[in-house]
Amino acid sequence: MHDAATHDDSKGQYFWVWGALLVLTAVEVWLGYRQVFEPVRMLEVLLALSVVKSALIIAYFMHLKFERPLMRWLLVVSVTACFIIMYFFFFPDAGRILTIGVK
Amino acid sequence: MSEITLQDDAVIAHGHAGEFEAPLFGAYSKKVGMWLFLASDSLTFGALLFAFSYNRIYTSWPTPFGKDSIINATVMTACLLSSSLTMVMAVFAAQRHDRAWTRNWLLATMAFGTGFIVLHGMEWTKLIHEGLSLPGFPKPAGQLESEYAHISSGVPQFAATFFGLTAMHMLHVTIGVIYLGVVALRKLFLPILGALWLVGFLLIPADNVFHYGIHALLIGLIISSVILFLKPKDYDAHDVEVSGLYWHFVDLVWMFIFPLVYLMSTKI
Repeated sequence: MHDAATHDDSKGQYFWVWGALLVLTAVEVWLGYRQVFEPVRMLEVLLALSVVKSALIIAYFMHLKFERPLMRWLLVVSVTACFIIMYFFFFPDAGRILTIGVK
Repeated sequence: MSEITLQDDAVIAHGHAGEFEAPLFGAYSKKVGMWLFLASDSLTFGALLFAFSYNRIYTSWPTPFGKDSIINATVMTACLLSSSLTMVMAVFAAQRHDRAWTRNWLLATMAFGTGFIVLHGMEWTKLIHEGLSLPGFPKPAGQLESEYAHISSGVPQFAATFFGLTAMHMLHVTIGVIYLGVVALRKLFLPILGALWLVGFLLIPADNVFHYGIHALLIGLIISSVILFLKPKDYDAHDVEVSGLYWHFVDLVWMFIFPLVYLMSTKI
């Protein structure tokens, strides 16, 4: 008898994930400190790296990878959908303020 | 909920006395509840991060953070990432019913979390002393012409987003450390928390923002006492795993705040 998230996996993979997260952080610091890209491109690159890091944390440290597919998909799809809706509401409105000249 | 409902193997045909239907998500209710809370909390941080990103792109954004700030924030990031690893070890120890190592790993996680808070507090104190402040807040004497004072008056969104995002996150880390302390030490943690609050309140100078911020520990002490005295229990592997979910979430949020707030404002 076992819980869905209780599984026989080696602890080694968590050390690999931890190492990968530290390496990705070092890459981010290097990119940020050297100002490799112009601001908008830098924001996109750093956000993409952050999404990769958060996916590693959610999948391995938070064990979502080992949960039932129903729980996994429901959480990921609903939160992602909320962020997409926020993106399409916030940014057009924020841009509109600039064009209509509100001070 | 009865313990047997938590087990997958308890799923048997309906109609037999003492047998239960399988949980929908294959997980116990506390874990599903925590996931739902984290999903809603992620939207809070999401809104703040969207607001920051908008300001960063559309505003003439200052880039004041030098080498010291970036090194400090990088060490803080390493603290949080390492704390997530020790938290995973605590969950493993709890699942094999090793109480001593569960407590040890939880204490290690709390130590990393406390290190993060202390480093962050020092960073805040330094920035405020150098002139970074919010509109309406007292300005530090002798810093009216500093770079940060000019940023605070010229681009008030910088200080507002910096303090708003990092304070919200620091509050979550503080709650996380208290949560883990309650799970690891139960009532033994209460006098420790009380002593930390008192020492912090007495030692932090009155002109430092954390002289008042330390009262978060007092609020934590009151809430922890109510929980521990009204519903005393022996926290099991499930409780440790649920507290771990919260802790990893705090780590996860910092993975967005660190690059956006610090690395996007690096001095060239």
